Amino acid sequence: MSMTVNEVVSRFGDRRLHDDHDHDQEGMKILGFWIFLVSDCLLFASLFATFLVLRTHIAGGPSGKELFEMPGVTAETFALLTSSFTSGLAVMEMRRGNVKRLIGWLIVTALLGLVFVGLEIDEFVKMVSEGATIQHSAFLSAFFTLVGTHGCHVTLGLFWMTAIMFQLARYGINAVTQRKVFIACLYWHFLDVVWVFLFTVVYLMGVM
Amino acid sequence: MSSIKDFASHFFVTGDPLIYGSDVAIVLVSLAIIFVLTYFKKWGWLWREWLTTVDHKKIAIMYLIASLLMLLRGGIDAILMRIQLAFPNMHFLQSEHYNEIFTTHGTIMILFMAMPFMFALYNAVVPLQIGARDVAFPYLNAVSFWLFFFGALLLNISFVIGGSPNAGWTAYPPLSGLEFNPGPGENFYLLALSISGIGSLATGINFLVTILKMRAPGMKLMDMPLFTWSVLASCVIIIFAFPPLTVALALLLIDRLLGAHFFTMAAGGNPMMYINLFWIWGHPEVYIVLLPAFGVYSEVVSTFSKKKIFGYKSMVASMMIISVVSYFTWLHHFFTMGAGADVNTFFAIATMLIGIPTGVKIFNWIFTMFRGRIRLTQAMLWTIAFIPCFAIGGATGVMLAIAPADYQYHNSYFLIGHFHQALIGGVVFGYLAGLYYWWPKMFGFKLDERLGVWAFWFWQIGFYVCFMPQYALGFMGMTRRIYTYPDGLGWGSLNLVSTVGAFLMGVGFIIQVWQILYSIKYGERDVTGDPWDGRTLEWSIPSPAPLYNFAVIPHVKGMDAWWMMKQEMKEKPAQIKPIHMPKNSGIPFIMSVFFFIAGFGLTFHWFWMGGFGLLGVAVCMFIRSFDYDTDYYITVDEIKRAEAS
Repeated sequence: MSMTVNEVVSRFGDRRLHDDHDHDQEGMKILGFWIFLVSDCLLFASLFATFLVLRTHIAGGPSGKELFEMPGVTAETFALLTSSFTSGLAVMEMRRGNVKRLIGWLIVTALLGLVFVGLEIDEFVKMVSEGATIQHSAFLSAFFTLVGTHGCHVTLGLFWMTAIMFQLARYGINAVTQRKVFIACLYWHFLDVVWVFLFTVVYLMGVM
Repeated sequence: MSSIKDFASHFFVTGDPLIYGSDVAIVLVSLAIIFVLTYFKKWGWLWREWLTTVDHKKIAIMYLIASLLMLLRGGIDAILMRIQLAFPNMHFLQSEHYNEIFTTHGTIMILFMAMPFMFALYNAVVPLQIGARDVAFPYLNAVSFWLFFFGALLLNISFVIGGSPNAGWTAYPPLSGLEFNPGPGENFYLLALSISGIGSLATGINFLVTILKMRAPGMKLMDMPLFTWSVLASCVIIIFAFPPLTVALALLLIDRLLGAHFFTMAAGGNPMMYINLFWIWGHPEVYIVLLPAFGVYSEVVSTFSKKKIFGYKSMVASMMIISVVSYFTWLHHFFTMGAGADVNTFFAIATMLIGIPTGVKIFNWIFTMFRGRIRLTQAMLWTIAFIPCFAIGGATGVMLAIAPADYQYHNSYFLIGHFHQALIGGVVFGYLAGLYYWWPKMFGFKLDERLGVWAFWFWQIGFYVCFMPQYALGFMGMTRRIYTYPDGLGWGSLNLVSTVGAFLMGVGFIIQVWQILYSIKYGERDVTGDPWDGRTLEWSIPSPAPLYNFAVIPHVKGMDAWWMMKQEMKEKPAQIKPIHMPKNSGIPFIMSVFFFIAGFGLTFHWFWMGGFGLLGVAVCMFIRSFDYDTDYYITVDEIKRAEAS
């Protein structure tokens, strides 16, 4: 009969990370995720390129200068950048082994992310109600797709983080949950960096 | 009642006897499969052994079966097209049907035949060559396979339900846009490629990490077999090239589903954007599928010449150079865009440059054979046949790369001749060589040599008879995707010759199918695990490889590790320890079914169904995230029993 992992661990010690035959599973997953982020960078790069080509193609409709309301966008930026910082605090607490504080900071991070998504949806709804829809011009198609793709990434990150919080509450901090928190926070920082470019290329260049 | 009838007549493709025949065939085959599985009580076996497997060797076999079926489908498309073009003024196919067939032929051959065939070789060979027990992410590997499978299914059902895509395998807007192509066909194309593309990207990441992190102790990067190197180079290109494709497809889908204006002619859209994004993937894609074939040739030449490969370092360097330069060639697909002389010059030079490392490799293969003890096995035959074939394909490629000359033969049959020469002569020959070479390792028996040689010659003669006339036709003004042509242009006889060639290749394929069926029963069994006197680690273990690949992980001291071990003849009694293995999982299959449901719904603009499918995907991801019981250990007793048998 095959043995379960627990049986092996009790008989042979914890081979999962220390056996010379087995590879560092959690480390490999982190490397794999880094490579995934490379491909995600290229996804955004393609969307940015599309946006840059089409940003002046307003087809007689509204331009960025007329549409963008900087106070809202600045608040969004503030929320997301802060959340990246708090996710860093979460990882720090994880290294200290404090599961309660870890979950606490993850909750703060997720709430800030929620604020970001809420403000973005609000912005989109306002634009659509003013008639600036995705069907209106190539510029708006590119705008909604680029910013919306980032927003979808953030939303996915929120669900992901929520799932990990439940797992932390149930299993505490171990090799697996540690890796999961680390990867989710890596993803979160990545989205932050993308937003910095987005803010510059879409909004700042748009209103200038 | 009439509304149901109306719906059905749009939902199912009607009015073509060929399609009705296909409908009947699909229903009969499906019923036969269901009957056989039920009669022999094999449903549980199918689920436990295959649909839920995370074993890379079984995934390889599933990729292989799927890709051979797709080769059949794409090949039938090719034969139908060649029949239509055999004589002037033919009325074998309706023009619309012809458009659909050349579209699915290209799409299937590149994405649903070449790619899975390549992934079959990745999965069957790479972990064994580097002395690993598995790939880095076995579960993700299963996800990749099922995404490919259901993506292929989505594209294939389009020819009986809804209608096939008909805007060419590249799906250029505005022809593929909503205005000129309102039916579901292009949606099928876009969603099928998107779904399977996710799987391809995941495979790229998976094998890159596998090669970087899971090599047996002692195996340095510069000790790796060249096939593994070629997979590494190919994975790097996958990771860099697939995201732009994803974006191109997604933007076109947004145009079609939500009425956006990325690529329309109205409201500021720009169709050239699509063409650029598509070929940023499309040209590197050629090298994604070609480099592993180069890897196969290197292994085969070395083994069957009984020599170390000539110029190992230059082989590695040239593959890495190709993987970089392949990004600077995409614009040669549309020199006629009007980008200007400077841009065209840049891409023309980059395109010609890529021939240099390729030429280096050709010379290395020839030098490896020089003064070698050559055995003309099937794998070696395909390798030798590849060299002149690919040299001609490369030469015609350089002709096309001359930007001003390209204005003459752009989109002509000269181009068709060129890329079939590069892709059949380079890729298909290579994968078939790989198939014959590693077949004993995958299945435990050899494929019959005599039948293989017959198939080989039918393919070879058929190939040149089919494609050489196409170069001439291109110069005579025949363009690609042409439906029919009038008498008196002088194209008739060359087209007839080309059609005969296509049939000869078809006969070659049928012989190969017979060869496989024959060899299952009568093929020579491989009892040694090393039928070709191989040089790399996959030949050091029994055929087919046991579940855990290596009972004891080998220690590698240099290149051609197994060859070195055989020379030293040292049997080291190493201690067997329990082996850590991933558990099977049904989630990859179920999740991919939900992807299929989402894709099918969005194809028909049924957003409720699309949403339901995506929700299912999300639920599957959640369930997996909460599953902590994903692996187990094989005990020492079990390993000893398996090794003894």
